[in-house]
Parts: sequence; C-alpha cells; structure tokens
Amino acid sequence: MAKPKVATASLAGCFGCHMSILDIDERILDLIELVDFDKSPVDDIKKFTGRCAIGLIEGGCCNEENVHNLQEFRKHCDILIALGDCAVDGGIPAMRNSMPLKECLDEAYLNGPTVYNPGGITPNDKEIPLLLDKVYPLHHIVKIDYFLPGCPPSADTIWKALVALLTNKPLELPYELIKYD
Amino acid sequence: MSQEITFTIDGVEVKGTKGQTILQAADEAGIYIPRLCNLKGLIPHGSCRVCTVLVNGRPQAACTQPIAPNAIVEANTPELNAHRRNLIDMLFVEGNHFCMFCEKSGNCELQAMAYRLGILAPKYPFQFPVRDVDASHPDVFIDRNRCILCGRCVRASREQDGKVCFEFVGRGPHKRVAVNAEAKLAETNLDVKDKAVEACPVGAILKKRVGYAVPVGQRKFDKQPIGADIEAHRTSGK
Repeated sequence: MAKPKVATASLAGCFGCHMSILDIDERILDLIELVDFDKSPVDDIKKFTGRCAIGLIEGGCCNEENVHNLQEFRKHCDILIALGDCAVDGGIPAMRNSMPLKECLDEAYLNGPTVYNPGGITPNDKEIPLLLDKVYPLHHIVKIDYFLPGCPPSADTIWKALVALLTNKPLELPYELIKYD
Repeated sequence: MSQEITFTIDGVEVKGTKGQTILQAADEAGIYIPRLCNLKGLIPHGSCRVCTVLVNGRPQAACTQPIAPNAIVEANTPELNAHRRNLIDMLFVEGNHFCMFCEKSGNCELQAMAYRLGILAPKYPFQFPVRDVDASHPDVFIDRNRCILCGRCVRASREQDGKVCFEFVGRGPHKRVAVNAEAKLAETNLDVKDKAVEACPVGAILKKRVGYAVPVGQRKFDKQPIGADIEAHRTSGK
C-alpha cells in the first residue's frame, strides 16, 4: 500500500513553523517511513501530485494568492491543520487589522522615517498578489479540521499530532504541549 | 460563634463557615473551580461567569453564591466545562489577544484558563476590534486590546488602594475601562506599586520596563495549570 501523503505550505507566516517541523530531529527518518511529502517547501514540489491525507498550513491569509493556495489545499487534503498562531488567529501579520490597509502601505512606501521613494510609487504591479483588507485566520476562509497553536508549535506537538492522525488515534495533547507562544 | 455548614461539591463533602461563598469554601477544601474576575481579597463581581456551578441543579456564580447546608454543587462536569470553554473562546475573539508578543504570556490567567480547559483555538470568528493603548503614565500602560473587563483593577483601586483610578464606561460591546481623569492615565494618581496594577489577570495593565523578564519554561503556568496551587492542599475526597 502506498504511503499517505502530507503537504505543507507557508502563507502569511515566517517559516518558523516549518523550522519547527524540521526540529523533530531524527524522528524525521521515522516520519518518511510513515508518509511521503507532496506539495511542500520541504521537497520543493510546487503542484499537488494527488490526494493528500494531511495538509499542514502555516500562516494566515493576507493576500489573494494565500486564499487561492488555501482553497487548493482544502480541495486536495483529507485533513487540514492550522499550524501555529498565525494560521489560528492571524498572528503578527494581523497587527495591521487595527488600521486601514492604505495607512499601512503609506507608512511602508511613503511616510516611514527610512523610506527612500522619490517616485512616490506604491507597488501595484499585476504580478503582485492583491492584498486583502485584513489578515484572516484560516478558519475564516475554509473549514479547518485541527488547530495546533504556538509560535511556533513545538516539534513535540507537531510530532504527536501527526503520529496520532496518521495512526487513526484521537489527537490529545498533554498540558505542556498546548502553548500559545 | 461561626456556624459550620456541610455541603457537597461533585459528591465530595465540604465543610465551610456560614457567610462563605462556594468558591471560598471550595478553595479552602482544595477544590479548584475555574474563575477569572474573582481575586482573593476583592469583593466578588460575578461578571465573568467562568465559575458557574450548578447548585441543586440551578446555575449560580460560585464566587457570589453563599454556601447552604446540604447543597449539592456540581462544578466539574463536561457540560459546565463546555460552557467555560465557550466563555473563554468568546473572550479571545472579542479582543486582540496575541500571546506570541504579549509580555504577560505564561503568567496570564486567560491564557492559563484556556490551557487548563484544553482549548487549541477559539471556535468563533475573530472580531479584530480597534482598541487603544494608553502609555501616557511614566511607569504603567494600559493596552485595551487585551482587556477582558473583569473589573479587578476597578475594584482593587477602590477597595485596596483607596483611590478610584479606573471605572467602567459604556455598555455592551462598547464597555471599556476608563481612567479617572480628563484624558489619560498619566493624569490619575495611579502609582506603579498600587494593587490595581497587580490585579490585572491579563496583559491589559502592565508595568513598563519589565518586558519578558522570566524565561519561557519558568513562568507561572508553563509547567503547572492554573489552580494547581489550590488543588495541592486538597483536604477531602482525594
């Protein structure tokens, strides 16, 4: 029987949660006995090659590409996991939710104390994904099956969750592994 | 003469003295009932409802309800804990609680309560309200993004500090903690040593220049859940 597939992505995140995946250390050898990686920055596969058992998403949605990506994951994965605080509640990028988007862009490209932008241009190329008005947690956009909070979630948390789900056991985390920071 | 009253919490016999609340008697017996707005030494507020228990089948706030002879109290049931999780979920989505950069993280009672109740993420959509920060005071700041309206600062200022630095204004979703001044916290007579500053369960009222003083792993709730100190001296029905 073919091994189940796992796909991962980092949307509006910092790749810290992916670092935490790698932080499972030598257990990664056990992991590749259990699963194959599909679309993921870990193996640099850009497109889904088939149905995946588990999708791990780091980061919330801050632009239209994130939303598109997330919807693709929902389509191809049986179980979708929001990995880390940004995926769960927007995290650091969601700090911009308290001000209008224009104010953010003006501060970044026009008014900031270190800005050098003689043309006064705010990037608006068609190739650049359009920013959303706010940064949205994943479950605001698609159905999310499991949440693993943490900034980042510890390697033990990720390992325990993956093993439980891959072996059809209930996901029960002990007190020490539920952390929001 | 104090009058002894016997009742049960989750089938365990508990003795208290007349005039005590269920929460006080439970604490003395080493039975922890989750709570947020209640703080030992302050007049109970009964507003967060996290301590809701069933007394002879009726829901009551354990922090305000006096004990009664032979009362049957249910405190730790799946239904009540589901209700508590709902309340905590709502507090999380109604504010902007970003634990990853909050100085209170690890020592925060809201966060600790979520940990204790095993909440991985709030089930409701986040509101992302726009709230203000008042950093005018030289030693203390208020970040209303994190305020859960427990009223502990309001009561501590009035009851323990003999000042009235804080007061609630507005109603419903507009309710907030205001400072007793024309405009800013700096104009009040709040002192950094006031009990009102210590009373905040979350990171809404913080001392300046403290930062992330205690390393991760050594903070109050890193290893032990909130309430473990009370449960450590359990006297009956172990």
